[in-house]
Parts: sequence; C-alpha cells; structure tokens
Amino acid sequence: MDFAFLSETTMTLLAAVPTTLALFSLSVAIGGLLALLIVWMRVGGNPVLSAFAKGYIFVFRGSPLLIQMFLVFYGLAQFKVIRDGPLWPLLREPFVCAVLSLALCTAGYSAEIFRGGIRSVSPREIEAARSIGMSGFLLVRRIIAPIAFRYALPSYSTEVVLMMKSTSLASLVTVWEVTGVAQRLISHSYRTMEVFLCAAIIYLILNFIVLQAMALLERSLSKHLRAPPVKP
Amino acid sequence: MATLEVLGFGENGWGALLLVAAGVTLAVTAAALAIGAVLGTIVAAAKLSHSRLLNFLGHLYTTIFRGVPELLIIYLIYFGGSSAVTAVGKAMGYQGFLGLPSFLAGAFAVGVISGSYQAEVFRGAYLAISKGELEAASAIGMHRGLRLRRIIMPQVLRYALPGISNVWQLSLKDSALVSVTGLAELMRTSQVAAGSTRQYFLFFVVGGCLYLILTSLSDQIFNRAERRANRSMPSAMGQV
Repeated sequence: MDFAFLSETTMTLLAAVPTTLALFSLSVAIGGLLALLIVWMRVGGNPVLSAFAKGYIFVFRGSPLLIQMFLVFYGLAQFKVIRDGPLWPLLREPFVCAVLSLALCTAGYSAEIFRGGIRSVSPREIEAARSIGMSGFLLVRRIIAPIAFRYALPSYSTEVVLMMKSTSLASLVTVWEVTGVAQRLISHSYRTMEVFLCAAIIYLILNFIVLQAMALLERSLSKHLRAPPVKP
Repeated sequence: MATLEVLGFGENGWGALLLVAAGVTLAVTAAALAIGAVLGTIVAAAKLSHSRLLNFLGHLYTTIFRGVPELLIIYLIYFGGSSAVTAVGKAMGYQGFLGLPSFLAGAFAVGVISGSYQAEVFRGAYLAISKGELEAASAIGMHRGLRLRRIIMPQVLRYALPGISNVWQLSLKDSALVSVTGLAELMRTSQVAAGSTRQYFLFFVVGGCLYLILTSLSDQIFNRAERRANRSMPSAMGQV
C-alpha cells in the first residue's frame, strides 16, 4: 500500500467535491421545481397540458441522460439563433449545460414519483377538506401536498441518490468534478484500483450523508405516525 | 434534403450505421443482463444465507455498486482490466499496452452494476414466496435441489419479472456510458456521426429517438411477459 499516493489522490479528488456538490444541489433544486410544474400539468385535468407532461416524462425517462446532455451542450450551440440570443453567455458554459440537462432529466423522474405520492392521498381526506370548504390552492397546500410529499419521500430519496451519481456525467462535457478528475488521474498514473477506491469512498460518504438527511426529514414529517412517548 | 441524405442508407448516409449501432446497444445490454443475472443470483444467495461473512460481502457488493457512479465503474473495469491484460501480456513477453475488448469490458461493467440491482430484485422475490409452500415441499420429501427447481425458481422468476424489467431499462440507459470505451454502440455512433457531419442537434435527436424506440418496445415485451407469467393468478382471471 502506497499511502503517500493514496493521500495525494484523496486530496486531489476532494478538491473536486465542491463542483460535484454544486452540480448536485443546483440540479436537484431546479429539477424539483420543474417536477412540481410538470406534475401539476399531468394531474391538473387539462388534456393538452396533461398530454404534454406525459410526453415530457416519456422522453426524459426513456432516453439516456448522456445523450440529453450532449444534445444540450453540442446541439444547442449549432443554432445561430441561440448563439446570438441573450442566453448564450450562460449556455456556452459547460457547467450551466450540465446543470440544465441534469435538472431536465430528474424533473421527468421526480414528476412520476410525486404523481405516485399524490395518487396515494386518500380520497376521504380530500373529501373531508372539501366538506369544510377548502378548495383550489388551499386544499393543495394544506392537505394534498404535505401528505403526498411524505408518501413520495422514500422513492424521492432514491432519485436524489441517483442524481448524485449522475453528476459524474458532467465530466464528459468538460466539467471537472470527482469522476472526471479520477479519470484523469487514472490515465496519468495507471493505478486504477487505488484511484477508484478513493473516489468510491468519497461518493459513498456523500450518498450516506444525503440518505441520512432524507431519513431525518422523513422522521420529522411522520411524527404523528409514531407511538406517543410513554409518560413516566 | 441534406437531412434525408445524412440519415439515409446511401453512400453518405448514417442510417445503416445507426441501426447497426442500436443492435450493438441491445447486444451489450442483453449480455450485461445475463452477466448481472448470474452475479445477482450469487449476491442474493449470499445476502439470504445465514453466514455472517457472506451477508457482509453481499451487502458490501450492493452498497458499492449501487452507490458509486456508473461511469466510475466503467472506468475501473475498462482501465483496470486493460492494465491486468497488459501485465499478463508482459509476463508472456509482449511489450506495450493491451486493451480489453470494449464490448467485453462494457458488457461486464454494466453487468456488474445490473447485478447489484438484480440481487435486490431476486432477494425480494425469494422473500415473497410464502413460507407454507417451502414447508409443504419439504414435508412431502423434496430435497433441496428439487425444491429449488420446482417451487422456488418458477415463483422467484414470476415475482422478479417487474423488477427485471426495471433493471433492463436501467441497463439500456447505462449502456450509453460504455461509449467512453470507444465501443460503436448507439451513443458513440451518434457522437461520431454528429461530429463528422457537424449536425450535432440532428444526430443526438435521432439517437435519442432510437433509444426511446428501444425502451418503449422492450417495455411492451416485458408487459406481455408479465401478463403471460401471471396468467394463472387470480387477478388475471378477474377474481380479486
């Protein structure tokens, strides 16, 4: 075991962790908001919007993320309208393209997860809310959204972990996050196993932290489902 | 009409190459699913066994290969495998770098990943078999092998089918990452076609559409398989 090499590798990889975290948090946040919009279109009752949402979910869940990312990164730059457009200073940045495609992709998956959560809200609770005069946004905010989110949380935490892993694809559009740096180290040193080990441990720790945070959130959202503490 | 020409089957067309590449993608995914089924069965057996060590090893396998990015695993197997092959080559007197065949490396890498997901699928399916049936099989004197073949396998396969369908879809999309090893599958061919014609948008859209066709066709095949596997179940006969 060459500890000097291992610690040097770990330090180099750790320097790339902020990029991975930035990709991850931005794409989860933007993707989550987008997913809310899509799920609203999907279940809203308007047939045109619903068909659009269905198509969106089909396309983004049915094709690989890598091809979506390349489409955003290489494909958009092909059009003169976009190169001359106001968004070009943003869209020419590989980081922005990576976040955009990660967010678009996770929105498709998350929308389906949220829809599953909404479907598991008991119709009786909605009926009860309606009977005391709640409707529209108030009904969604007070009754449907909190219950649906709690039901959706276990699958959503899986999706969030998948997103952490998906940030690795950003290295293929020249964003130097952990996997990209690891690949560069491997091709310089040919010490595949050691570099892999260091990078794998970093990802496992990141995923562990994310899963713990999600479990904590789930616990705090289901307080009322636990048995009350026994009074001494 | 330039668009039609580059996508066509003529001299300058990429149509035939793209279709062949879609076939390669299917082949990689099928090989990966088969490798994953073997690995998944072993790991599921390890996780279900009573040995602490085997339990631990099974958990280690699923934790690592489900928690680490797919791309990193592909690098590990491609570069790691290649340096292993080079070392063997050196021992046999060959100087220089020897690469692992990219189809083999890709199928094995995606197979290792799909194995970690299939292990969970098989474990869940085994746990779904009712204990009574296993006891009944032992009670009428079936020994382990016969019980495995007659009672466990048919039911595990039926319960696992929806999960396997999910894993297939995942592997189909993971196989796009094998393009980094240079294997001319659908992703790589779209990339090459896009680069050499400068029609990036067109070829990535076409590549994406071919993936959509693959995923939706396989979805339908799995749905039919599921209906067939469940044809003797009460719900299929409208009794639930």
